[in-house]
Amino acid sequence: MTKIITDYLVFVRRCSLRTLEGDWRYFLWMTVLTAGALLGLNAYCKQFVAGLATTGMSDAVSWGLYIANFTFLVGMAAAAVMLVIPVYIYHDETLHDVVILGELLAIAVIVMCLLFVTVDLGRPDRFWHIIPFVGKFNWPISMLSWDVVVLNGYLAINAHICGYLVYMVYQGRKPSPALYMPFVFLSIFWAISIHTVTAFLYVGLGGRPFWNSAIVAPRFLASAFTAGPGFLILTLQLVRKFTAYKISDKAIMMLRNIVQVSMVINVFLLFCELFKEFYTDSAHVASAKYLFFGLHGHYGLVPWIWTAMALDAAALVLLLLPVSRNLKPLSLACGLAIVGIWIEKGMGMVIPAFIPTPLGAIVEYFPTANEWLVCLGIWSFGLLLYTLFLKMTIPVLTGAIRPTAD
Amino acid sequence: MEDQSEEGISRRAFLGVMAVSAAGATAAALAPLKDIVDLPTLEEFLQKHYKELTPADKEAILERIRKEVKAKYGVTPNLTDPQPLPGVEFGYALNIGRCVGCRKCVYACVKENNQSRDPQIQYIRVLQMRKGSIDVETSSQQYEGEVPKDGFYYMPVQCHQCRKAPCVKACPVKATWQEPDGVIVVDYNWCIGCRYCMAACPYDARRFNFTLPNLPKEDLNPDMGYLSNRPRPKGVVEKCHFCLHRTRNGRYPACVEVCPTGARKFGNLLDPESEISLILKNKRVYVLKEEVGTLPRFYYYFDL
Repeated sequence: MTKIITDYLVFVRRCSLRTLEGDWRYFLWMTVLTAGALLGLNAYCKQFVAGLATTGMSDAVSWGLYIANFTFLVGMAAAAVMLVIPVYIYHDETLHDVVILGELLAIAVIVMCLLFVTVDLGRPDRFWHIIPFVGKFNWPISMLSWDVVVLNGYLAINAHICGYLVYMVYQGRKPSPALYMPFVFLSIFWAISIHTVTAFLYVGLGGRPFWNSAIVAPRFLASAFTAGPGFLILTLQLVRKFTAYKISDKAIMMLRNIVQVSMVINVFLLFCELFKEFYTDSAHVASAKYLFFGLHGHYGLVPWIWTAMALDAAALVLLLLPVSRNLKPLSLACGLAIVGIWIEKGMGMVIPAFIPTPLGAIVEYFPTANEWLVCLGIWSFGLLLYTLFLKMTIPVLTGAIRPTAD
Repeated sequence: MEDQSEEGISRRAFLGVMAVSAAGATAAALAPLKDIVDLPTLEEFLQKHYKELTPADKEAILERIRKEVKAKYGVTPNLTDPQPLPGVEFGYALNIGRCVGCRKCVYACVKENNQSRDPQIQYIRVLQMRKGSIDVETSSQQYEGEVPKDGFYYMPVQCHQCRKAPCVKACPVKATWQEPDGVIVVDYNWCIGCRYCMAACPYDARRFNFTLPNLPKEDLNPDMGYLSNRPRPKGVVEKCHFCLHRTRNGRYPACVEVCPTGARKFGNLLDPESEISLILKNKRVYVLKEEVGTLPRFYYYFDL
């Protein structure tokens, strides 16, 4: 038993030491990310001392950028499933070499999600109230309690799958299916569930007509399966440029297919939602009107949403054209889609439901600089984490780290 | 095994410099924490959920809060935890034809319930509605000057103490719940400040302490209940609780008492002879946003 533990610790140590190696570009990248993370930490400390008054949120718009980012990132995490399904269910080997990188992304992103929820709390010191059995968990009634369960569960499942598979590669052993296949199947179901539960968080509120729409969960999934694999397309190109890890064009093109189809579905579902809102033209259209055209002289979100629409449209056209079989246009399309969806799902989905308030008042929301810095910090920290994960894992996958090698 | 070459040494020196600068930068980033004034004590931090407190626990907590209030405001408060009365379910009715929009209820509520004065937290919002419209979107909450104005009527809104309360369902930690007398309360020592209840509320009835509440000493109301108007910490949600420290002791809510036109009526729904029961039986009564299905205990009515 002790040998198993020491072996594992040696493995972790060897992998960890790899994070201290790299050329100047690596150290510059890590320094920039660390600086970003520390700026965010500093901004959060200010918020911790003064309260959420340091943000642009109000009684009227009680959720803002933090929950917007959270919502987007849950989708990014769920997107790992789009790699898992072809590899493990259909035994399509194209994506085999990249599925671990997708799962590692899911781990880093879930950590970001948990951070975004934590910084949004008015009483972070009472976090333990939300721990099952320790605090007072309103499960299964509160959708937020469901979110706690599914997010942490997803983190654990992916950590197990990645940790186990990478360790087996390191030891040169064939992974025992019994020890990971059940978790792979569970993770597929679970990935869908994290984003569905996050959608239900909004859908379940009868007092917010903008959210109270059955199409939110499918929309969330479609946009997630665009942004997540899109992000991986960008990552994989960097990985194969800067490491010895071989990633075929075929794998990237397979991801392109996923991004392409998901983007079409995403735009279609968005269109369905907009049709229902604007054609019906009931009192419930107020939030959508505010978002797209402004309401009673207030236009706070109009530039945001039209930016998103333009980015989405450009990405869609690029993805549908054969030109995106080339890597540069494809990367451009992915970048546009990621930013477009980030706006659409964040500022375009979370904020307008609060405007106008249920009593008809219009209080606009403008994030403060401090709020932006906290977001910057979490994004930097997440990218830092993902870089470290890749740095630790890829040498194992390429065979540079082995139990015997030193 | 160690790399003793010059390159190895300069590399180690480089990593050392990086580590030291990272540690220094982290310390600098954490610096704002030294200004914190409201860190919870260990007792507060470990305090259990309201429903799990023994009578002795509760007494100790009340005593602790009395001392805190004394230290901060210079008055020992009459702090109790009044319990719901058996056979009582509170209901509220507001005569929409009588309300003149003077907002006396708004300020009486703030005074009674020890809300933060700056920023001022108000539980009651008065909507100035255009006659002939029931669309809240055409209303104004910011009206000023003499009231009532021609062509308008006034509709005050506060917590509707819904029978099917979306806020209670939303709370992930059961920090807000419905008491047997129908009042929906918040334990300010259990709320984690996620504000999901605020998103869930169809009546815009919940308020959040975005910063440490600012209540001048001379404005403190020393008559207080644990689940109602005791001073609140930073970062928690609060709302109207039908002045339960008064109503559970046989008094009217502050807003009812202060209303100059008698537009506000309050009483026991379970008593068929109470004023509220008679209003519900004999008047034209409606509830706001009936379509959301929350079944409020707050009714609007008009004489004909």
